[in-house]
Amino acid sequence: MNPGLINTGKKLPMSRNQMLTFAAACIGLALLFVFDATFDSFTMQIFKLCAINIILALSLNLINGFTGLFSLGHAGFMAVGAYTCAILTMSPEQKEVNYVLQPIVPWLAHVQLPFLPGLLIGGFLAGFIGWLLGVISLRLRDDYLAIATLGFSEIIRVLLTNAQTVTNGALGLKGLPRFTTMWWAWGSAILITVFLVFLIKSSYGRAFKSIRDNEIAAESMGVDVFGMKVLSFTISSFLAGIAGGLLAHYLTTIDPKQFIFLKTFDILLIVVLGGVGSITGSVIAAIAVTISMEALRFLDGPLNLGFVATTGIPGLRMVFFSALLMVVVIYRQQGLMGKAEFSWDALARIGLLPRRGPKSGKGGR
Amino acid sequence: MDALLRTTGVDKYFGGLAAVSAFNIDVHAGEIVGLIGPNGAGKTTSFNLITGVYTPTSGRIQFEGKDIAGMKPHAITRLGVARTFQNIRLFKEMSVLDNILVAEHMRMGTNLLEATLRLPSYMRKERHVHERARALLDEVGLSAHEQASATSLPYGKQRRLEIARALATEPKLLFLDEPAAGMNPQESVELMNFILKIRDQFKLTIVLIEHHMQVVMGVCKRMYVLDYGVTIAQGTPEEIQNNPAVIEAYLGVG
Repeated sequence: MNPGLINTGKKLPMSRNQMLTFAAACIGLALLFVFDATFDSFTMQIFKLCAINIILALSLNLINGFTGLFSLGHAGFMAVGAYTCAILTMSPEQKEVNYVLQPIVPWLAHVQLPFLPGLLIGGFLAGFIGWLLGVISLRLRDDYLAIATLGFSEIIRVLLTNAQTVTNGALGLKGLPRFTTMWWAWGSAILITVFLVFLIKSSYGRAFKSIRDNEIAAESMGVDVFGMKVLSFTISSFLAGIAGGLLAHYLTTIDPKQFIFLKTFDILLIVVLGGVGSITGSVIAAIAVTISMEALRFLDGPLNLGFVATTGIPGLRMVFFSALLMVVVIYRQQGLMGKAEFSWDALARIGLLPRRGPKSGKGGR
Repeated sequence: MDALLRTTGVDKYFGGLAAVSAFNIDVHAGEIVGLIGPNGAGKTTSFNLITGVYTPTSGRIQFEGKDIAGMKPHAITRLGVARTFQNIRLFKEMSVLDNILVAEHMRMGTNLLEATLRLPSYMRKERHVHERARALLDEVGLSAHEQASATSLPYGKQRRLEIARALATEPKLLFLDEPAAGMNPQESVELMNFILKIRDQFKLTIVLIEHHMQVVMGVCKRMYVLDYGVTIAQGTPEEIQNNPAVIEAYLGVG
């Protein structure tokens, strides 16, 4: 299942798999250039959303799929990242326009940072809150942890709604600079995917998975279970915060209602469909679900199926996803990929690549 | 000579039930000590107490003179105490090799940055632990199954994988919880030889719980008998076999 963690032996300058990975990376990069030049603005918006959803799905999968902790607080961490990044990068003039009910607190009124520091500070703050929540709540297990994290995400939302002088409350923030270009979105998604592939394949990744598989055995084998859980939770929160910052400057307007717990379920849907515990699965499902969410928009409009005609039922496309989720849970619980990952060797095994070359290397993406 | 492991008056209550009471054992370096007793006697509970899964209600547990009662399991493992489980607890979604590599993590001495950036220093450690893990698999005859998933192995091999995984933590003291459970006489004999072999090769001290009297009497020079949480007898296999209290505990009063 998990061939060649490292390139053993073989003093070749480049193995077949490394060449394939290099070629795939070049083709991917070229495609990004082509897409950037040719997509109309609507298609580009969906394309960027795919990247943001990849980050969200991966970060949730790290904690739910690889460490085996059922957390439902993701929307809260996104909100922290989104608000922090938005407030730090808005111009003082924009802040004056936005904060109409009560002015913003003075120490934030004249802060204006570029996008990257804003994004990173948002990520770090989300990570710090994740660490804090982890230290408190990771003594809980299973359903109890899910309830605690769900409660946390609601607390964040209530705080955002009521901290009028910091977050502008229920009015939200409008007119954020459109910083999230395709390169920002996909650059972050690719960087984070590579980071997670390396993390999961490292000794830390094995420790995470051992906790998921058998906690008592893991601690008896010297794995600091609590420390590892907190670490995984912190990294996951950090990444959710980054995704939140990207989302804020992608939508250019945020308000607390966007971060209700249903947002967490949207991400959970992607993770479950792709495979709990598969990076490849999350990436594929994030793209597929994001595109279908748009492609199935016709379901919300007037429909004529011959025998029955509707005048348009808003939300019907969500019924499709609910039904899909039920089918998956009943007939294919492991999702699209199960716990399997993409690798060139796996492609060769199922006959899509000629079988040859040394057994080494890892999957690209 | 001072004992490698010494427990003094260890009690464990679950609510009002005394699972283990006044548990006193001494284990010296290089020994193989047996822990026997009927079902529910508190044998596994005493293992859990020593390895940190449970915290004793009262009493002292000293390993190499250091009090370890109430320490976290992973910290106790770091000191050099390893174990296997009665109901096999392998990492079931992971490969045989990865099962061993998890146990190597503790002594690998790496950090997150080094590991995720795949720095040369990390890759060196990674190669080193892979070599060590493969050598261990070779030792227990599981090399051919390296990439198989742990739970796809036949029962006997799963037991051996669990022992190999415990050895990967570089223990001084090894606890085996019913290693011969479910084995036929032929396999039991092989297991006895295997236990003696690893004791000498890895300079181990071993404590084992076992119901197969043939195995216990075969490898243990000394043993303790528990019944209802109380140590009812201790001594050499001959002494135990002739002890009236032990016969009563096992067979009931005639």
